[in-house]
Amino acid sequence: MDDATQASPTRPHISKARTGVAGLDEITNGGLPSGRPTLVAGGPGSGKTLLGITFLVNGATQFNERGVLMTFEQDGADLATDVASLGFDLPALVAEKKLVVDYVHVDRSQIEETGEYDLEALFIRLEHAVKSIGAKRVVLDTIEALFSGLKNEAILRAELRRLFRWLRDHGLSTIITGERGETTLTRNGLEEYVTDAVILLDHRVHEQISTRRIRVVKYRGTHHGTNEYPFLIDTDGVSVLPVTSLGLEHKASSERVSTGLAELDGMLGGHGFFRGSTILVSGTAGTGKTTMAAHFTDAACRRGERCLYFLFEESPAQMIRNMQSAGINLQQWIDQGQLEFLADRPSTFGLETHLALVHRAVDRFKPDVVVVDPVTNLIAVGTQIDVRAMLTRLIDFLKMRNITALFTSLTAASADWESTDAMISSLMDSWVLTTAETVNHKRRRQIFALKSRGMACSDDVREFRFTDRGIEILPTAPDSLEGKGQ
Amino acid sequence: MTEEMFDLRLYVAGQTPKAIRAFDNLRRICDEHLAGRYQIEVVDLLENPQLGIGDQILALPTLVRRLPEPIKKIIGDLSNTERVLVGLDLRERDGRAT
Repeated sequence: MDDATQASPTRPHISKARTGVAGLDEITNGGLPSGRPTLVAGGPGSGKTLLGITFLVNGATQFNERGVLMTFEQDGADLATDVASLGFDLPALVAEKKLVVDYVHVDRSQIEETGEYDLEALFIRLEHAVKSIGAKRVVLDTIEALFSGLKNEAILRAELRRLFRWLRDHGLSTIITGERGETTLTRNGLEEYVTDAVILLDHRVHEQISTRRIRVVKYRGTHHGTNEYPFLIDTDGVSVLPVTSLGLEHKASSERVSTGLAELDGMLGGHGFFRGSTILVSGTAGTGKTTMAAHFTDAACRRGERCLYFLFEESPAQMIRNMQSAGINLQQWIDQGQLEFLADRPSTFGLETHLALVHRAVDRFKPDVVVVDPVTNLIAVGTQIDVRAMLTRLIDFLKMRNITALFTSLTAASADWESTDAMISSLMDSWVLTTAETVNHKRRRQIFALKSRGMACSDDVREFRFTDRGIEILPTAPDSLEGKGQ
Repeated sequence: MTEEMFDLRLYVAGQTPKAIRAFDNLRRICDEHLAGRYQIEVVDLLENPQLGIGDQILALPTLVRRLPEPIKKIIGDLSNTERVLVGLDLRERDGRAT
């Protein structure tokens, strides 16, 4: 079996050139093939050039590998300006002889062709640049410009083949960028020449929300993630979030954490949620989902844990004030550095970007508890399949870190709640539902645990009310007539 | 007919058959059409790799007409005399002499 031989320990070790791009080295198991060409294909504005430059800059600054950038499209000054905003100082690297930027101008109109020729001058030029600083890395961005400058395609293709062989022979870790084609990976079929590794960048704009993705299409002789991963370009440069389904290998904790409401803990087998589990709190508007999340957050902070709270509907100030009047003092936890709010309008970014931002924030803040309030607003920005895929990744990611996560979900008043939440509820370990109905001119609020994996949860539907000490769950109806209340 | 001097530069990399062919073709064409008013400088990029950068040389051989201006480039072994003459602006594209 092919698979068996591939997995055998005798498989030759492929040495890698680390990109230093967060996440990319993980999904490629260590970086791009060292001493070999990698094709990076993508449409206009997908970040090909930037990825290439990052590869060179990180090589020069982190891995002691100098680089040559041969650009066919933008002259060096333009390029330096473009990437300065990402904190890349190309002129400084050039001055330190860690980088050579060579702008190759191809202008068809000036050129007449007659008889045989080759591209030896390009080879000589590249070799000269490489030798001048002892470069180990090369970026050719994008060599396809030659197709518009030279008429004899047969010669050009033969020379490209020779060029890629030359890069291998010289042991240069190279990124070749290529413009995405209609039916082929690249417009001019560069993938035909690059057999070692192919990476695809994608930039989609759906309903005015932009999402960048990266995928390793091919990587000879190495295991690699084949999924599409969110790809971020921001002031920190480029990064990839390898937040694919991490499988179900995370450890299941038997430790329990309080919901913050003793009565609700009681309904969940007496001890609350499992640590590291995922909890859905769903209900129609005004049924206390956020208050419940605040109780949960407050309880976590009281235990000395750290909590990251993603707020998608109101500002942190508004939330803190509202909870203050419900007797829950969240400000103290912020002051003590245990609680952090991250507020955003979901529609500002695409789903993948949100996922990426959550990922980053979690890595930075290292919370024990994460609240996403409400997750429904995220759902609004993607298709169902996207949302489910994203939530799966997010949940796996949180579970790997044994983070207990609570998601609130707003159920539309008219909708059947069980079907509305069906898509996400199957991903959740526990599902707490809140409802409200008007009975005799009074709002009657009820709470029940619809499911809770791995514990005996109560079948009771309990009534609750808002007080200045937060949510108060009333005792079970029959034996409580003269119990609490009023 | 113009009496301007033609300043020509032929880029090559070593004495390859293509380079020798290009030089022979160029000499013949110049002697026939530019007798007495041309000069040819041969630049071997193997000896001076950086010299190709200024003229943005990619293909070899490349003939560059440096004077009269504007700069013109003809790549290949110059085996098609007609096209060389067109490339040097010694003949219109439709074949008439200028």
